[in-house]
Amino acid sequence: MPTVSSRGDAMRGLAVFISDIRNCKSKEAESKRINKELANIRSKFKGDKTLDGYSKKKYVCKLLFIFLLGHDIDFGHMEAVNLLSSNKYTEKQIGYLFISVLVSSNSDLMKLIIQNIKNDISSPKPVHVNLALHCIANIGSVEMSEAFGQEVPKLLVSAHASASVKQSAALCLLRLIRTLPEAMTYAEWASRVIHLLNDQHMWLTAATSLIHTLSQLSPGDYKGCVSLAVSRLSRIVTSTYTDLQDYTYYFVPAPWLSVKLLRLLQCYPVPEEPAVRGRLVECLETILNKCQEPPKSKKVQHSNSKNAVLFEAINLIIHIDSEPNLLVRACNQLGQFLQHRETNLRYLALESMCLLAGSEFSADAVKKHRETVINALKTERDVSVRQRAVDLLYAMCDKTNSEEIVAEMLAYLKKADYAIREEMVLKVAILSEKYASDYTWYVDTILKLIRVAGDYVSEEVWHRVIQIVINRDDAQGYAAKTVFENLQAPACHENMVKVGGYILGEFGNLIAGDERSSPLVQFNLLHSKFHLCTPSTRALLLSTYIKFINLFPEIKPTIQNVLQNNNQLRNADVELQQRALEYSQLSSITSQDVLATVLEEMPPFPERESSILAKLKKKKPASVQVSLVGSPSLLLVSLTVQMSLIRAYFSLFYQPTSIGYHLALFSPTYPLMHKTPVLLMDAFDDVLTLPADLGESPSTESTEHANRPFMFKNSGVLFENALIQVGVKCEFKEQYGRVGLFFGNKTGNQLQNFAAAVSLGPEHQGKINVATQKEPPSQIDGGAQVQHFINLECISMFSGSPNLQLRYQHSSAPQQVTLKLPVIINKFMEGVDMNSGDFFSRWKQLGQPTQETQKIFQARHPIDTEAARTKLTGFGMCALTNVDPNPENLVGSGIIKTKTSQIGCLLRLEPNKQAKMYRLTVRSSVGEAAALICSMLEEHF
Amino acid sequence: SCINMIRFILIQNRAGKTRLAKWYMQFDDDEKQKLIEEVHAVVTVRDAKHTNFVEFRNFKIVYRRYAGLYFCICVDVTDNNLAYLEAIHNFVEVLNEYFHNVCELDLVFNFYKVYTVVDEMFLAGEIRETSQTKVIQQLLMLQNLE
Repeated sequence: MPTVSSRGDAMRGLAVFISDIRNCKSKEAESKRINKELANIRSKFKGDKTLDGYSKKKYVCKLLFIFLLGHDIDFGHMEAVNLLSSNKYTEKQIGYLFISVLVSSNSDLMKLIIQNIKNDISSPKPVHVNLALHCIANIGSVEMSEAFGQEVPKLLVSAHASASVKQSAALCLLRLIRTLPEAMTYAEWASRVIHLLNDQHMWLTAATSLIHTLSQLSPGDYKGCVSLAVSRLSRIVTSTYTDLQDYTYYFVPAPWLSVKLLRLLQCYPVPEEPAVRGRLVECLETILNKCQEPPKSKKVQHSNSKNAVLFEAINLIIHIDSEPNLLVRACNQLGQFLQHRETNLRYLALESMCLLAGSEFSADAVKKHRETVINALKTERDVSVRQRAVDLLYAMCDKTNSEEIVAEMLAYLKKADYAIREEMVLKVAILSEKYASDYTWYVDTILKLIRVAGDYVSEEVWHRVIQIVINRDDAQGYAAKTVFENLQAPACHENMVKVGGYILGEFGNLIAGDERSSPLVQFNLLHSKFHLCTPSTRALLLSTYIKFINLFPEIKPTIQNVLQNNNQLRNADVELQQRALEYSQLSSITSQDVLATVLEEMPPFPERESSILAKLKKKKPASVQVSLVGSPSLLLVSLTVQMSLIRAYFSLFYQPTSIGYHLALFSPTYPLMHKTPVLLMDAFDDVLTLPADLGESPSTESTEHANRPFMFKNSGVLFENALIQVGVKCEFKEQYGRVGLFFGNKTGNQLQNFAAAVSLGPEHQGKINVATQKEPPSQIDGGAQVQHFINLECISMFSGSPNLQLRYQHSSAPQQVTLKLPVIINKFMEGVDMNSGDFFSRWKQLGQPTQETQKIFQARHPIDTEAARTKLTGFGMCALTNVDPNPENLVGSGIIKTKTSQIGCLLRLEPNKQAKMYRLTVRSSVGEAAALICSMLEEHF
Repeated sequence: SCINMIRFILIQNRAGKTRLAKWYMQFDDDEKQKLIEEVHAVVTVRDAKHTNFVEFRNFKIVYRRYAGLYFCICVDVTDNNLAYLEAIHNFVEVLNEYFHNVCELDLVFNFYKVYTVVDEMFLAGEIRETSQTKVIQQLLMLQNLE
């Protein structure tokens, strides 16, 4: 029999049972043995004879073992609770263990359990107090936070409690405030808790973790910890390993406490007081110096714990970011690690250097290690190490080394692991654009990217190369020639066909002089790929074909044959069918002049941030240090506009009457400005139906409050009375918005003198620019519908929404309606996905009182995390998962994009289910944005 | 680099049998089972030349293998890798001393004591006590209580 302790707590029956289970030859035998045991225990618990404590403990422990094997346990909970009131430690311990593992926080027994914990927590025996504290820390429910949030801090600062109890109390309290931040009053305990750092005993790792969290939750109250943490750290790093006896680990004094203190200091800006700052810098220097000393042991535990402290010190040096000397020294130290035989150290050095590359003081020092890093990409066996090398190469890339780095990344891409290919493609695309001194290099790189990793080239990447080619006259001829050559490969990727189709459609004429790429050769080459492509690519190729008709009138009949082929005209795909029909009509009805106007070369794209960069940021918020402001983009909006021009042209020929046709403008093949998923928040829809008002004098109506539902959705009925229905469909992308309005006359008579105009009040002047694309007609026939489009741009932050004035006459009675356009600031918000670390470090950066707005309010709807998450997403924020330690809490992040600025916003919504209350906290780089969002959202949860 | 805590601790053998699972976040039972299986799949394919850290969902696993047992700690990606790697070793040395040359079977037969050892060294997802001397003293004191 294996080691079973010979002391008094041994439970022989349990050991025998475990042995029996282990000896079972099959699953069935095991189940049989377990069922026998369960029946035995059940009869003991139900029996007339009262069980003694020992037996109860033994049976409860057996039940726990059975549960841990993966079987359901539906009895024994009461017996476990009974064990809590035993005076014997071993019985209590088993009782608490069973409860911690098996009892859910909403159990009926919880009140009883809490009562027992209350008794033990005030027991004179420290071991009982600890058992109770550990149970609270392990379960950590809201109910416990409420019951013990005021009690536990008392133990923590008590003069009588032992170090062991204080350790448990510190972490117990930490758990309680993570569950329920308002469980304790922060300011009240601040001074006493901070001064724990002065305690002469070394139990402080636990206390430092607590202070770290308190500093995050209430930085002002706890900022006094900085100088105490610095002196504590100083005493540790200057001690010799014999000073700290029990807390020295493989000759390193208190490594875990050092790490915790260094992390705590990253919560605050660098101390202003010269003495404290000086002492801190000395500590950091000492830590760096120690790495140069000969090791006191060859054991890996020695170097690991020393380096744990070192890496944390480097994190702090990067956080301070104002000590050039330390930054460069840190970089040199990491440089040594890059060649270390320990894989762990090479990995960590790459990771840490990536951060150093972002500091102006150490960026150059990092670049010196380029060759080593490239070598790591080629030789490292562990993919996670290679991934870090890619990150670092990306971070250190500049004008001087970009060609080499991009070439190495492309070479690596061929054999890169699938998991990281898409991200690498984005990185290569960004670097090649950012550092392109010569656009032939850029075009070559992107086309090579499509060849090497076509499946991983996302839309953003191939859209981007088109945007750039269109905006750069000097790149167009080369791009046409190169893409033509690439298309000649027998198996070329569909993304290549897309890029080829688009570029040749625009610039095919530039290479048509060469007979090897004559118009017909170009067309045949593209069309040879047509049948192998998906519908979206075929749709794009059809647009190329109509463009060819304009560019090369000589091959018009060939192309018309293709367009008029039944494969196209009767295609099951509505979009393809419609394009083929429209294009073939366009080419046969119109004159060459009209054709030339409609199919004119695409205008240059407005200069703006790269969509690829936005995508990479989304993928990996932390790793993006390159900024690409001021480059062209928004291919898609222009494409939509061009399509709508073509369709507007067609509406001259046939008058569509159904709303369905108008909405086809936004048909799924062109969801090009898709932003948030359309959320069907039907609950709000009925708010909109207002009673008809047919008064004699100009009847005025207003939808002052009715546009609230549009906060979460982009289409629907904006207004309706007995005469008119106004439908709306909007699209937003970055600071641009396009509002489609559909006015339906519900009567049998003509509505006359119809006018619809956006009016900007003083609060919106200069903040929103409106360009009306197309005036609505001045009459609407009975039963007919007209459409009206408004393009607008958000210049800077605004509140409320602009008005739309409608005027018309019905049976010579003037009518007037003022509507609120569903153009609200959140429409210009884009969600930003980020991980927990990034979220909270940004949260912390936005810690100024002016940057935060917080409201505590009664829940207006049942508290439901999923519904709240859906609302937040509809609002435009990214609802982040696995970020807040409390899964009940909802955290989100987004950026409001206006022409003049980008405003980052973070949100945290904490429900209190018992009280049916919410606490909503919004932080933003611009205080008014935080206040605005808070007030907008408050009434919706 | 803000909320950083241990999300869970797992001890598994090569065959995937769990010898200890300690959760510091709320997971439902199905989710726990899934995590256990995924962690096993992630760590067992790695060899000794690989790092002791591996990205896992939005977190990372810091792990070390001792004979047939994998000791895994799941932490946030920005947390200090080496500090947790050595926290694992520190824990293993305590187990070794407490059980006099610990082996897998000790963890099976004394599962309820292993929880006590864990709670002495880790609590609420944080490192509690790091001194082996202090932990052993405390464990021996508890061992002698009735």
